[in-house]
Amino acid sequence: MFKIINLILSIVLLFASSAFADGHKLKVGMITTLSGGGSGLGIDVRDGFMLAVMGSKDIEVVIEDDQRKPDIAVQLADKMIQSEKVDVLTGIIWSNLAMAVVPAAVNQGKFYLSPNAGPSALAGKGCHENYFNVAWQNDNLHEAAGGHANSTGFKNTFILAPNYPAGKDALTGFKRYFKGNLAGEIYTKLGQTDYAVEIAQIRASDADSVFFFLPGGMGIGFMKQYAQSGIEIPVVGPAFSFDQGILKAVGDAALGVKNTSQWSKDLDNKANKKFVSDFQNEYGRLPSLYASQGYDTGMLLISAMAKASVNDMEAFRDALRSADFDSTRGQFRFSSNHHPIQDIYVREVIKEGDTLTNKIVSVGLQDHSNAYVDQCSM
Amino acid sequence: MTAELLIEQFLNGLQFGFMLFLMSAGLTLIFGVMGLINLAHGSLYMIGAFSAAATFAFFNSFWLSLLASFSCAAIVGIVVEKTIIRKLYNRDHLDQVLVTFALILFFSELVRWIFGAFPLYLDVPELLNGSIEVFSGIYYSKYRLFIIFVGLIIAVFLFFLIGKTNLGIQIRAGQHDREMISALGVDISKLYTLLFGIGAALAGLAGALIGTIQSVEVGMGEPILILAFVIIVIGGIGSIKGAFIASLLVGLVDTLGRFLIPWVLQTVTNPSDAMSVGSAIGSMLIYILMAIILILKPTGLYGKQLS
Amino acid sequence: MISEKNISYISLISIFFIAIFSEYFNEPYLITLLSRIIIFSIAAIGLNLVLGFGNLISFGHAAFFGLGGYVSGILAIHAFNSELLISWPFLFNGSNNSLIIWLFTIFFCSLLALLVGVFSLRTSGVYFIMITLAFAQMLYYFAISWPSYGGEDGFSIYVRSTFFGINTMKGINFFFICFFWLLIILFITSKIVNSPFGLALRATRFNLTRVRSVGINPFRIQLLAFVLSGAITGIAGSLYVDLNRFVSPSLLSWQMSGEFIVFILIGGLGRIYGPLIGAAFFVAFEQFFGSYTEHWQIFLGIIIISTVLFAKGGIIGFMLKYQKNE
Repeated sequence: MFKIINLILSIVLLFASSAFADGHKLKVGMITTLSGGGSGLGIDVRDGFMLAVMGSKDIEVVIEDDQRKPDIAVQLADKMIQSEKVDVLTGIIWSNLAMAVVPAAVNQGKFYLSPNAGPSALAGKGCHENYFNVAWQNDNLHEAAGGHANSTGFKNTFILAPNYPAGKDALTGFKRYFKGNLAGEIYTKLGQTDYAVEIAQIRASDADSVFFFLPGGMGIGFMKQYAQSGIEIPVVGPAFSFDQGILKAVGDAALGVKNTSQWSKDLDNKANKKFVSDFQNEYGRLPSLYASQGYDTGMLLISAMAKASVNDMEAFRDALRSADFDSTRGQFRFSSNHHPIQDIYVREVIKEGDTLTNKIVSVGLQDHSNAYVDQCSM
Repeated sequence: MTAELLIEQFLNGLQFGFMLFLMSAGLTLIFGVMGLINLAHGSLYMIGAFSAAATFAFFNSFWLSLLASFSCAAIVGIVVEKTIIRKLYNRDHLDQVLVTFALILFFSELVRWIFGAFPLYLDVPELLNGSIEVFSGIYYSKYRLFIIFVGLIIAVFLFFLIGKTNLGIQIRAGQHDREMISALGVDISKLYTLLFGIGAALAGLAGALIGTIQSVEVGMGEPILILAFVIIVIGGIGSIKGAFIASLLVGLVDTLGRFLIPWVLQTVTNPSDAMSVGSAIGSMLIYILMAIILILKPTGLYGKQLS
Repeated sequence: MISEKNISYISLISIFFIAIFSEYFNEPYLITLLSRIIIFSIAAIGLNLVLGFGNLISFGHAAFFGLGGYVSGILAIHAFNSELLISWPFLFNGSNNSLIIWLFTIFFCSLLALLVGVFSLRTSGVYFIMITLAFAQMLYYFAISWPSYGGEDGFSIYVRSTFFGINTMKGINFFFICFFWLLIILFITSKIVNSPFGLALRATRFNLTRVRSVGINPFRIQLLAFVLSGAITGIAGSLYVDLNRFVSPSLLSWQMSGEFIVFILIGGLGRIYGPLIGAAFFVAFEQFFGSYTEHWQIFLGIIIISTVLFAKGGIIGFMLKYQKNE
């Protein structure tokens, strides 16, 4: 019954939008986190995206702040779809907000391009032809960290993450690729910033390496306390705790740490060089991972607009699927469940003058897709 | 599990407890004497950390930044007391909760406006870096020992201040009967401002000490504020002694709980489940502790009996 | 003539007509906002019963709001997926019938309120504030780390529950349901407040000994009020989940409890319509200033502080005073 309502709703909306839309114009609704905790990420995605679409006169962008609250995000999505009549939605940073907004939005005939969150539910059974993830599937960077641990020869790793769905996915992703033993597996409290207890357990274990996923302030606290404890066991983590926006706060404790990322400032391709210098000129700071994802999302959108009008949904979807744009990551294409197939690199934190930043040391996983392709019936 | 690990975790609990005491001492004093519920205490903690980080960025000195943390927090505290808080002493708890809740909104957003949305940086000085052998075979972080040390000094200072000095007599008198001290010719508004300033300075100092090994970011004060409230309620509001004992109790229960519960559960179920169930219980533990204590002793461990 | 009664009627009528006009001019988002205002005010009316009339400052009413939300969400998602919810003593698949969902919500929220109330009402003052907060925090951390229903991610329920065959997915229809609930709750609370029970409740805030001396057990009065209050706030949680078609632990956060108190105080403490005015002001403020600056919370802070310091009695109190001065 619900599917029928949806179908009717989408048809009605399709007619409504094609009746009123004028030619080539495209309206984007961006819902992202601009105030409150974690707003740094949203600001970077917004700035990256706006940098990409800056030259294009045919794109109109409406930006709203979700305050990192799922209920606000849902209401903003309603507003964008019902009142603003946008064609494409994007911008959400957090998986829990994405889960709240994306299914309803794509079922109402809108496109959603994810510049950051990639929850497994939207890659597997819940995949949708109008949902495209331009960043990564949530497990990807952790899988690469597992792969990197193998190739470095780690045999006994201690792993930890916060006790919430993304944390569990992270450890599952790591374990999917890691072939050695686990010296310990800990779920910490979400939002915890003191890791004395966990560090003592790491010290007491006979681990030869540590893998952690602790986004935001949690990771800053962990890295500083870990460095301060004097434990010499090497640490591996996803890029989130070692990215440009956050490195300054972690300080020298991060120096030399290997982290996995699909992007790096020093990636040697034309699109990336242009992006890094344009971003610095425009905003006066170094771009982060999140900014690159926002930028790629904008570039993807522009490339699709050049091929098809958004009013022709089939053609526009095909145009998006072909991903015919110069990504800052170099090679970029979509898997059948609309998630990136891309190289995931291993980076090392270094110092350039006084500034902490990352450089690529190796390729962690080549042409990496995701584990949920088979579960998606698209 | 080894005895070394257990002792190290015990020290961790102690360190956490002393840190909580810095926060709760000011809170309980302010409540005991002025009858004020100050939700904005966490904002003063954040202000301490941010002023320390800003000072650190300029002068690159940990000790200067410590100095900046408690002096800036004290100044902000005194200004807020003189402009806003003062009007709340004769109001009911509800107005106090609301105004200080609004102060949290105000300060958080103001700090974000000034310093931006990304976390700032503070670093441990060379002197306190690394760990030291406390007992044979047991190594412990120098910096964390330093925090325990600072906590001890502050505790001794406060007990001396309240037990032995003239100011202490006024404070104790104020806790029993507010009209009496003004009848004694004490300038009550000066006393209040001074006390609020001391509370703010302690919160600011705690912010810098903790910010150094954690992250300095907006919103850092709120989780610790809730904990500090849990503590003063467990200890009995207004009692420094109660706050001290409750701080150590909460520090130890929280630290050992989230470490021991999963370990115990592992004997009955598989490690992954034990870990996730255990950490869930661990994060609820102090609230359970508080509920139990209040059910048994409705005014906390050392609180005055209700009339 | 401005009187509390008139302000109340005018605000109810204007909300109703703004919704009708929004539907006519095809502004569905405005209807969503109005539904949100109504739901928040129902939650705050529940809290106001104990806070405004019994002077019991509960800082943990998000527990009832969240529980109401989770109960409704869990019933609805099981019905949507046709998954078994319980197998004993009878087979039960959940339900997407509003009436059944509301019944369950009222039952569980009353039960929780009874439990929290029995323990919390032994304390008073700040201890009461903190113990109610403690119970809410326990539920919050439980919800975050409980994997069956999404943990911190929460879960979507995709479709609103059904009410006598009305298409609740249409914003205006859902608004009418919320509005209807608001009228019922306002009616019930005004009856309660003016009943002997309400008078006894109001008496408990002044002098417990005197209340006891006329043969009333204040604990029972307060407990009953707390249970009613929890049930009303629970209904709001149920409606809120239906509005957003999404359940998340943020419903249980202490900031949510704080916001309910803000609604009451901005509107006017101990006034039946206070929460409605307060919630309307809050949502309008957030929308208006939020579109101008990311730092709107600074101004919200300033406004709350000035309301408490200079306009005691909230918006309603302020308007009545202004009237008197003229």
